[in-house]
Amino acid sequence: MIRFIAQRMLGLVVILFCVISITFFLVRLMPGGPFDRERKLPERIEKALLARYKLDGPILNQYFGYLGDLLHGDLRISTKYRDRSVNEILADALPVSMTLGGIAFLLATVGGVLVGSLAASHQHSWIDRSAMLGALLAISLPSFVIGPLLILIFAIYTRLLPVGGWGTVRSLILPSITLAAPYAAYIARLTRASMLEALTQDFVRTARAKGLPESQVIYKHALKVAILPVVSFLGPLAANLLTGSIVVENIFSIPGAGGFFVNSVLNRDGFLLGGIVIVYCALLVGFNLMVDILYGWLDRRIILYG
Amino acid sequence: MANTRLPWVRLRRNRAAMVSLSVLLLVAVAATIGPHLLPAADANATRNSFLPPSWLHPFGTDLNGRDLLYRVLLGAQISLLVGIAGAAVSFAIGTTYGMIAGYLGGSVDSLMMRLVDILYAIPRLIFLLILISAVDPILRANLAAHDFQSLVGYSKIFILVACLGFTEWLTMARIIRGQVLSLKSQEFVVAARSIGQSHWNIIWQHLLPNLIGVAIVYLTLTVPSVILDESFLSFLGVGIQAPLASWGLLLSDAAQVINPIKGYWWLLVFPAIAMGSTLLALNFLGDGLRDAFDPRQRK
Repeated sequence: MIRFIAQRMLGLVVILFCVISITFFLVRLMPGGPFDRERKLPERIEKALLARYKLDGPILNQYFGYLGDLLHGDLRISTKYRDRSVNEILADALPVSMTLGGIAFLLATVGGVLVGSLAASHQHSWIDRSAMLGALLAISLPSFVIGPLLILIFAIYTRLLPVGGWGTVRSLILPSITLAAPYAAYIARLTRASMLEALTQDFVRTARAKGLPESQVIYKHALKVAILPVVSFLGPLAANLLTGSIVVENIFSIPGAGGFFVNSVLNRDGFLLGGIVIVYCALLVGFNLMVDILYGWLDRRIILYG
Repeated sequence: MANTRLPWVRLRRNRAAMVSLSVLLLVAVAATIGPHLLPAADANATRNSFLPPSWLHPFGTDLNGRDLLYRVLLGAQISLLVGIAGAAVSFAIGTTYGMIAGYLGGSVDSLMMRLVDILYAIPRLIFLLILISAVDPILRANLAAHDFQSLVGYSKIFILVACLGFTEWLTMARIIRGQVLSLKSQEFVVAARSIGQSHWNIIWQHLLPNLIGVAIVYLTLTVPSVILDESFLSFLGVGIQAPLASWGLLLSDAAQVINPIKGYWWLLVFPAIAMGSTLLALNFLGDGLRDAFDPRQRK
């Protein structure tokens, strides 16, 4: 087990290194620098600016300098939001994104598993049919349709909830539903399929034969097996929530990392972009590792050797 | 060869899949000939911004006074084009990659599949965003420098197709590899090898015909996910740009003007219906095809 975790940690370092290098060189490939304005800056000033942000000299020197700074935990200064370090910006923005992502994660997994089991235990009934049609709809509509539709209904026409913003519990409701909906739907479909499979197995028949109530058969015995495909989807789920939250933060004007991410691409703000990409990838790979460990713990038949 | 016709018989019995197929045909026909049937003036910006739906403008007008029906049809053209072409690129890459890995097997196979695992771990759309904003200005400049001025407006479409195709092939490669691995050990392939047929013949005559069903199913399921990815990029401002239109761009425009007190619902609802019904139909058709080609998976 320890060997497995160590191997995966090594993999994490390799992936982070690749991701940092790709990002660094791609940003340099983009035409237009971070200090381009309508009027061209005098050469001396531009030179001084480039030196201040350590963007002068041969590109390989810059690259190794940047890697060195990263090893010391210094993500450097943003070239757009002058005088704010990337560390500070991320310290402000990440907790916001993580809160939103965490709530959506809970909503998607708990809601999806409940709806999926309910549909499977009432197979071919109207509950099953409407749940699956709803799920397919939620998968087919992107979040930037669901989000504005929810705003139209709940914020503009009925004025029950705020249009956007951050800080109150009420302002969290619409964004987290928007973010969670497609993944809750996907998990519901996964759970339904694997629950139907589990319900045909012998141990379920035994449980029923013992005279256990149906709810206990489904939620205690069958769910333990049926949940495995859902667990292996948790890794991709985290990745999708990360990218999805970029759009959702945009729709509901939430001051999270997603907005900074898009702007840093458009502003050629390489260090801010690098910082966000590093955090996203680390979160993602770390999460995948946790999911693998959880999977091995749930299903003892699987032996983890990388 | 009687077997090859069976899936189509099964598909024709699946009502949801047949309805989806006709919806898709309808959307495709409307997208191709629709814009030519509307008055030519509909494409231009006018002063009549934000007109609600009326007899003259059935879907209303947008911020620049353009007819929304025309924009939605134009968006359908580009969204479908990008979706199908992107899926075709991913299909070509994924099938080739998966087939090579599965056919060669051994250490080559595990090396190639490890690469797929690594690529899976990278947040795809985040890299697409960076990649497209890096590559697009370069291609644009190159086209302009080499007397292809007329193509500059379409450079975004090329790039979207290429980049989306290059990032969507992972699942396809895994599935094809799995199929090839199981086919490879079956008697008819072993027999073909034992009578000394070349690798090329085995691949073309024995493996490919048996793979095509699975490949078509996943091709159908890749199209909606490419359309969704394109709309994601357009929504964030690095995809298709006006005066061209895609569903993602139209929805992004709608989301931008809907936040104020005024609810211009038609800007959101009509593109959403067009996109939602197309994606829904593609997903239904993909599920139907999967059931038709592989009845054992049927639940």
